[in-house]
Amino acid sequence: MKLSLRIWRQKDRNAPGRFVTYPVDGVMPEMSFLEMLDVLNEDLQARGEEPVAFEHDCREGICGSCGFLIDGVPHGPRRHTTVCQLHMRFFKDGDALTLEPWRARAFPVVRDLVVDRSAFDRIIQAGGYITAPTGSAPDANAILVAKEAADTAFDAAACIGCGACVAACPNASAMLFTAAKINHLSVLPQGQPERITRVLRMVTEMEDEGLGSGPNIGGGAGVGR
Amino acid sequence: MSALPAETHATPKPEPVLDARIPEGPIEQKWDRCRFEMKLVNPANRRKHTIIIVGSGLAGAAAAATLGEQGYHVRCFTFHDTPRRAHSIAAQGGINAAKNYRNDGDSVSRLFKDTIKGGDFRAREANAYRLAQVSVDIIDQCVAQGVPFARDYGGLLETRSFGGVQVERTFYARGQTGQQLLLGAYQALEQQIAAGTVTMHPRTEMLDLVVVDGKARGIVTRDVQTGAIESHVADLVVLATGGYSNVFHLSTNAKASNCTAIWRAHRRGALFGNPCFTQIHPTCIPQSGEHQSKLTLMSESLRNDGRVWVPKKKGDTRRPGDIPESERDYYLERRYPSFGNLVPRDVASRAAKEVCDEGRGVGPGGHGVYLDFADAIGRLGLDDVRAKYGNLFEIYERITGDDAYRVPMRIYPAPHYTMGGLWVDYHLMSTIPGLFVAGEANFSDQGANRLGASALMQGLSDGYFILPATVPDYVATAAVDKVDASHPAFREAEEDVHRRTHALLKGDGRRTVDSFHRDLGRLMWDECGMARSDAGLRRALEKIPELRQEFHENVRVLGTGEELNQSLEKAGRVADFLELAELMCIDALHRTESCGGHFRIESQTTEGEARRDDANFCYSAAWGWTGSGQPPTLHKEPLQFEHVHLTQRSYK
Repeated sequence: MKLSLRIWRQKDRNAPGRFVTYPVDGVMPEMSFLEMLDVLNEDLQARGEEPVAFEHDCREGICGSCGFLIDGVPHGPRRHTTVCQLHMRFFKDGDALTLEPWRARAFPVVRDLVVDRSAFDRIIQAGGYITAPTGSAPDANAILVAKEAADTAFDAAACIGCGACVAACPNASAMLFTAAKINHLSVLPQGQPERITRVLRMVTEMEDEGLGSGPNIGGGAGVGR
Repeated sequence: MSALPAETHATPKPEPVLDARIPEGPIEQKWDRCRFEMKLVNPANRRKHTIIIVGSGLAGAAAAATLGEQGYHVRCFTFHDTPRRAHSIAAQGGINAAKNYRNDGDSVSRLFKDTIKGGDFRAREANAYRLAQVSVDIIDQCVAQGVPFARDYGGLLETRSFGGVQVERTFYARGQTGQQLLLGAYQALEQQIAAGTVTMHPRTEMLDLVVVDGKARGIVTRDVQTGAIESHVADLVVLATGGYSNVFHLSTNAKASNCTAIWRAHRRGALFGNPCFTQIHPTCIPQSGEHQSKLTLMSESLRNDGRVWVPKKKGDTRRPGDIPESERDYYLERRYPSFGNLVPRDVASRAAKEVCDEGRGVGPGGHGVYLDFADAIGRLGLDDVRAKYGNLFEIYERITGDDAYRVPMRIYPAPHYTMGGLWVDYHLMSTIPGLFVAGEANFSDQGANRLGASALMQGLSDGYFILPATVPDYVATAAVDKVDASHPAFREAEEDVHRRTHALLKGDGRRTVDSFHRDLGRLMWDECGMARSDAGLRRALEKIPELRQEFHENVRVLGTGEELNQSLEKAGRVADFLELAELMCIDALHRTESCGGHFRIESQTTEGEARRDDANFCYSAAWGWTGSGQPPTLHKEPLQFEHVHLTQRSYK
């Protein structure tokens, strides 16, 4: 099938960006969205044009590297699916799509569809851990964790840190990212001693990064697009 | 042009024998003895010593966090935007530990024995034993950090079984164990960054190692955002940069995983151990077309409950549900009744290749076998199967569009892990003093085949426990001189990096980097993949230098070196793969035996199993760099098996 892609091109952090429209031919339904972009980039290079920069690595939906907006929706139209796992069988011949980077002041554009998400690391640094210096641990089965708590902790800990939650929120709030880590650590017995300071420090850092705090649309202090 | 010497490789000249610094004494006491004999550094003096760690996966992040906690000044480098992206994150199934919580006969000795046997007697006994000893501490450490392992209703840890073993010693966090272990190490690392003991350098790629007066003293990096080439000085350097399966282009590795750090160190004098020992994982989603950019693993844990089969008849194109039980060949259960579907990976992969080569493969092109859960769903119920493997079934559905609860999965082997890597001694130090290598990047404790759930174990063992003991000993005893980045060795390495970058950008070529990578991958898969032959390897050794030459003459990299340039990054990595590939083939050609994942068609039993040649090849091969296109020198580390006796592996 044939697609028309309107893609945000921006040379670096300080350069102005703009949309450029590219046709892509020979798209197969078995391709992932990123493999379709690989095809576009091969074509562009053959024509002497610089390829579109986009972040990606595992292409299995777990590393959290990839992500951009497809027609304004983070990671595109499929639920629970990162853009590397989104397959072209969900699109049809002649589709015109707009691709742009995450839009949030806390995530400056590095180039094209690549953004700087280091704010997330700083939120973790503020308290997203359980202090347990190597070698100090008791036997693993000495700490009982109710199955329900372990399952809840896992569900929260499964966050891949891609930044889509910030991109999806009109307030550009990182509440989902931050709360996921707080939840993961706070439902576990190992996480109890630091539970209060963890919340206070992580939320303060989140606000300092300009990643808002409002749980409701329109109620937050974050800076959207 | 070939680097292959004119004479045959069967009779190499006598080579230096390597000293692995294995401590004296009974195997159970070697690590304790080693730790006791090593020198210490006073806590007040530790911050005066700088340690560079390249890589932030399980081994790198764990080592950086732990050495930071001890008080050293650690500088950790990754080309990713954050340490949490390292490819360890994609490990699915689990991590082994000899806890024997199941009371099913496990012990340190049994994990040790399974590892040696699984590695087909090509691993170092002392290392494998230590790995089994340390395994129990790893689980304790990870639980203390809050890693949400699976639990039973009493709140105790759950375990499951993996290939090549008959106990349930694999701890797991659904199908995302690597993610959870890495996030544990990442969080410990971030805590140390906040404390100021670790300085993190994200989006910074190591492009060369700097050796001063025979000792590793620093690295040269490229800032991938600005292109700035910089030198970094330290007392010592740790490489924890992962494996090189991407030499095959299509593999289960993340797209950016590469060999550049270890290859550059190899070119600076570090010997490369067993480069041909690669692992082809049996259960991956088959390739769907030419556009394919990577292959996706389906966790080995699925073989606990999934049954592998193909039709008995060649070219049977009926739908799987229409093929009656009597016309199916559950070939692993048939050939290996005691281990069944849970034979080790090398055995399962070869068996899949054989049935496909016979024309009994399923799916497009016949490159697939079924992994069927119908029996498990009948026995355990849909909910139980969903709880155990739900996310894996979702991955499968997303990629293929098929619902594996209703139709069997189709799977096929794919390159997954490299047991080879830089040669290290018992202290994990390479042949360059002050250059330590950890995790998949070293030639490892895994021998010629790694058992499932042992990569996470080794990465964390090296990072949390081994390096934090052996690195201080080096700091205390090496007495390195003070140098700074103005030293001629740093200047020379920087110039070298500049020269290579400019050469790649000269811009008059016609082919993209990816097109070369695809060609190299296809060649390596055909000639140095699941089955290797004298003729095929010689063919590859003719073609690789030609492809390398064409690459340097005809590659086209657009843009400049002073910006984020993903094609330039890839070009540097593919250039190094084009050199490493040749060494892999030389190693595979010289080792005329079959062992583990290295299968030479000339060396098999009458039943088609790998046949070792212990009289001639009971050693680790460590190769020395002599120049591009020049024959490498072979060094040997003889392997002694005092505790697990050399036998033909059998999983029947």
